[in-house]
Amino acid sequence: MSTAGIAGLSPAAVPAGRRRAWPRSALPGLRPTLGLTLLWLSLLVLLPLTGLLLRPWEIGLDGVWRVVTEPRALAALRLSFGAAILAALIDLPLGLLVAWALVRYRFPGRRLLDAMVDLPFALPTAVAGLALVALYAPNGWLGAPLSAIGVQVAYSRAGVVMALIFVGLPFVVRTLEPVLLDLPGEAEEAAATLGATRLQTLRHVVLPAVAPALLTGFSLAFARAVGEYGSVIFIAGNTPMVSEIAPLVIVTRLEQYDYAGAAAIGLTMLACSFLLLLLLNLFGRRLRPRTA
Amino acid sequence: MRMTRRSLLAALPAAGSVPVALAQPRPAAAQGATLTLLNASYDPTRELYRDVSAAFAAQWQGPPAVRVNSSHGGSGAQARAVIDGLPADVVTLALAYDIDAIAERGLIAKDWQQRLPHNSTPYTSTIVFLVRKGNPKGIRDWGDLVKDGVAVVTPNPKTSGGARWNYLAAWAWAREQPGGSDAAAERFITELFRHVPVLDTGARGSTTSFVQRGQGDVLLAWENEAHLARAEFGEDRFDIVHPSLSILAEPPVAVVDRNVDRKGSRAPAEAFLRFLFTRPVQEIAAKRFYRPREADLVAANRALFPELRLVTIDEAFGGWATAQRTHFGDGGSFDRLYRPR
Amino acid sequence: MSVAIRPAVAEAPWVRRFVIGAAVLSLALLLLLPLLAVFTEALRRGLAPALAAIVEPDALAAVRLTLLVAAIAVPVNTLGGIAAAWAISKFDFPGRRVLVTLIELPFSVSPVISGLVWVLLFGSQGWFGPWLEARDVRIVFALPGLVLATLFVTFPFVARTLLPLMQEQGRAEEEAAATLGASGLQTFRHVTLPNIKWALLAGVLLCNARAMGEFGAVAVVSGHIRGETNTMPLHVEILYNEYQFVGAFAVAALLALLALVTLLAKGALEWLTGRRQGVETP
Repeated sequence: MSTAGIAGLSPAAVPAGRRRAWPRSALPGLRPTLGLTLLWLSLLVLLPLTGLLLRPWEIGLDGVWRVVTEPRALAALRLSFGAAILAALIDLPLGLLVAWALVRYRFPGRRLLDAMVDLPFALPTAVAGLALVALYAPNGWLGAPLSAIGVQVAYSRAGVVMALIFVGLPFVVRTLEPVLLDLPGEAEEAAATLGATRLQTLRHVVLPAVAPALLTGFSLAFARAVGEYGSVIFIAGNTPMVSEIAPLVIVTRLEQYDYAGAAAIGLTMLACSFLLLLLLNLFGRRLRPRTA
Repeated sequence: MRMTRRSLLAALPAAGSVPVALAQPRPAAAQGATLTLLNASYDPTRELYRDVSAAFAAQWQGPPAVRVNSSHGGSGAQARAVIDGLPADVVTLALAYDIDAIAERGLIAKDWQQRLPHNSTPYTSTIVFLVRKGNPKGIRDWGDLVKDGVAVVTPNPKTSGGARWNYLAAWAWAREQPGGSDAAAERFITELFRHVPVLDTGARGSTTSFVQRGQGDVLLAWENEAHLARAEFGEDRFDIVHPSLSILAEPPVAVVDRNVDRKGSRAPAEAFLRFLFTRPVQEIAAKRFYRPREADLVAANRALFPELRLVTIDEAFGGWATAQRTHFGDGGSFDRLYRPR
Repeated sequence: MSVAIRPAVAEAPWVRRFVIGAAVLSLALLLLLPLLAVFTEALRRGLAPALAAIVEPDALAAVRLTLLVAAIAVPVNTLGGIAAAWAISKFDFPGRRVLVTLIELPFSVSPVISGLVWVLLFGSQGWFGPWLEARDVRIVFALPGLVLATLFVTFPFVARTLLPLMQEQGRAEEEAAATLGASGLQTFRHVTLPNIKWALLAGVLLCNARAMGEFGAVAVVSGHIRGETNTMPLHVEILYNEYQFVGAFAVAALLALLALVTLLAKGALEWLTGRRQGVETP
């Protein structure tokens, strides 16, 4: 492919891609878009996070270590990460099911259902928490029958997971929907024409195509869930060592005017999430089919 | 309905000034005709200061005309907001420790508590028990809270000022029992928190858990909150039990020196706080279930404010700084004693 | 369309019914019930008190502030998101994975921290606090702080909704356009945008919904001044803490309605433009 004489293509934009499968990118606009991206990212995310990054060290390395390895903080971190991963895992099949039904099928009430998916975004998290606890408290609509069979959701770890499933679900659905929409029907038809059963087609044609989106959905649902505060504190019961989430430990630190300690736990959460997300993204690269 | 109308009246002038306020970097200072004072307060005082602020604005002789806006939240969070730049002219918080924290950062003179009568505390309260109607679990005193099958609702002392008063009241009672000691108090507290099914982050959250969600048999609450809960949710649903001993909760007030000097609002701000100690506000306080400082008003409302033995934070715990460090700081008694069931 | 092919690219009717049933049931349990709970609480005393809570001046001020904050935050993040998605999906450069991860990062930052970071920067005790104070500029506990906190929490939405799609679509069409002499902007407008417009719309709507509903981060930078720095979610909390449950849930319901209406509008738009989604059921 020749790139000579193409309007707007800056030579400086090209070399980065040299070692890749494509010889060169023939497209203009790397510089302005990347510049804008970096400016946007730096001002709104990197600058404030630098503040967070530098703050804890005023209590020294051992101070940070003490704050983070305190049993209550450790228990809370375990709960936040464990519950977020569990909730995101539950969101995956649920989200796939919902996205598939919404994209592939026509049925009465579909649009309404589609609109509802975003509800967890629209409800302020605190309201979601209030609504969930109203439902799942032992005297609530769902809580009463559940507690009759001996299951307690509100004021327990199950409540935490429940709230996180709620906040994470739209991420999975909304990440999958456009990809499912965009899936070329020809590939499926070809597979079918070649004699593949529907299940085989789904497994070998559809699933690989949506795998990256599934992974993204999982990452997003997890990321959103791990730091969630508003909807969880109402339903968790907040028992230290049992159902106390890490963001609450941060708030507790702040209540003691311990900004450095709060930042230390915030930073720990951030570092763990960042590593996990980076791993998922690297893994995602292997999943992504290369289109020539 | 009653409440809606009042808040409507109180907020009417606010709505008109919003676009103006938004457009300017310093909302409060910029309004020429009317000076707006900001009162940073804690959660349970909303109803109280709605009345007090209206009364103050009505009796204030301008110019400039003054109105008082308030901001409510957890006591510690509010103190932090002031430290971080919330332009509050006065603070009216749940405990002296939080105002001390502001003073420590130089926003308020260190001697703030001596500037007004009664340790700068215009009204007091105490910690009582709210139980379900008829007191089915027979709860009379602190010792009954740790009986088998009793579930106690209290907020988390690490995040709620009110919960700290609860905790210290329990501690003081246990220490005052025959053969009592700090060790005995530790045992009692350990046992008490085994009976707590849910630790909300704030006092109002706990009230809601107890009242709306049906959690627990007894709520440890401010006396004013317990009365308010009965008034709001039905006197036929809840009873108030006064234990044999409790703590004298003193929610103090102070002018934020640095903010009023920057804004030039010292005179009305100080007048507002002095106003809190006058008869009209003392009456409003009693109506809002706070114990007024004026003895005859307490006596006139004996049904609301029965006599009981009240220890003070200074005599029983050596002041807030010590109490905070010993009990609620890192590795303090709460951290050591709290063991989940 | 031929009936012979249809069964092979679609599921058996019972599978389809099962999938639809399961999707409807799980959405109903997970999402519809909480929504119903909100509306039930809001209308517990009838329509009049709920409406009164919404048209009350403090509530209206909160609505205005919420819309204003969203009106600033959403376009900024949309522009940034498009630029980022373009740069990342259409070019190869080292560090793309790190960049994607950095863009996603604000999701995993706890709302408490998302607010706190701005206080650490612009609060009186923060890095720029004294400098700003000397110039009488207020950032936290005022509109700019609310906008910054909202920008932070809604940062990744547009970029993250566009990225998987644009990566999936590859660059062949854009490269063809460029080869034919189209400029970058022309290529984007005439080739890329039509391909991504629905995803873009979805991303913007998500970004907007979250911008209006954000609570934790905004709570930290608001200062809770009635009628001045209270957004709708904060107003909900205030009402709830005043035991005005009907009012609290009424404002919450309004917030949910705003989101539902925008989403239904999106659906109507798709329908009007004759857009057909996915495989048609005959």
